[in-house]
Amino acid sequence: MMAAPTLASWLILGALLFSIGVTGIFLNRKNVIILLMAIELLLLAVNINLVAFSRYLGNLQGQIFVFFVLTVAAAEAAIGLAILVVYFRNRHSINVDDIDELRG
Amino acid sequence: MTTVLFYVFSAILLGSAVLVITARNPVYSALYLVLAFFSAAALFLLLGAEFLGLILILVYVGAVMVLFLFVVMMLDINLARLREGFLRYLPLGLAVALVGVLELSAVFWTAPLGRLTAPAGSLSHGTSNTRALGTLLYTHYLYPFEIAATILLVAIIAAIALTLRRRPETRTQAIGEQLAVQVRDRLRMVDLRESGK
Repeated sequence: MMAAPTLASWLILGALLFSIGVTGIFLNRKNVIILLMAIELLLLAVNINLVAFSRYLGNLQGQIFVFFVLTVAAAEAAIGLAILVVYFRNRHSINVDDIDELRG
Repeated sequence: MTTVLFYVFSAILLGSAVLVITARNPVYSALYLVLAFFSAAALFLLLGAEFLGLILILVYVGAVMVLFLFVVMMLDINLARLREGFLRYLPLGLAVALVGVLELSAVFWTAPLGRLTAPAGSLSHGTSNTRALGTLLYTHYLYPFEIAATILLVAIIAAIALTLRRRPETRTQAIGEQLAVQVRDRLRMVDLRESGK
């Protein structure tokens, strides 16, 4: 029989998801869209940790923090994609290596 | 039962997260990310956070991922060039991830905090989770809540201002000119008796 999940199980789930997100940033160094998706994975891992702490410590404030993290993540995704669209319009590419106009 | 569901949804979540970062086509990545968010919402429900689980589906699957899919399909991307260096960075990425997971797991297993089990009963003391969250949000966290609303407003304005473009070659109505027009601009009276002579 599997052991009932303790707080450590949830935290390790969050750690695994976070490391998958970090690996995604390493692997897809060129593709800005996948980079943005990897950032969403990182934020999701953080949210899982916060909700788990909220449940196991008997405190609702963790869920309030998840609410704010969701707000900021949505704003970040919207602005990131807007910047991406403008960049593609100018350069016809979303390769990170092409973003070097500010290099002196 | 809850235990089995925890492991099932965790496995789906981690599997779809791996597929997000390794899929060849960004459209597939976005769809796997939708699956990841659904499993995460199920996990939130298991933890007794009903409101956040449903909000995750509504906001992420309903809004953010649709935005991602729109952008992915709008841009025609040279996929082959974007995959360059994928295998070159694989060992480094895996090493960093492995070290991070091992360190964190070691801490979580040994710390006394990690052995906590869930307290019996729900957090919201008899009322629903949504009502308990709302009560907290509109009293203690009123100012942060309003700041969050302002952040969303700024994000809307920024996204529109960035992507709005004026295209001089397209033909549009000049409503100001149309409204300001006078009769003498458009109508010329011709005296037919004078010209007929």
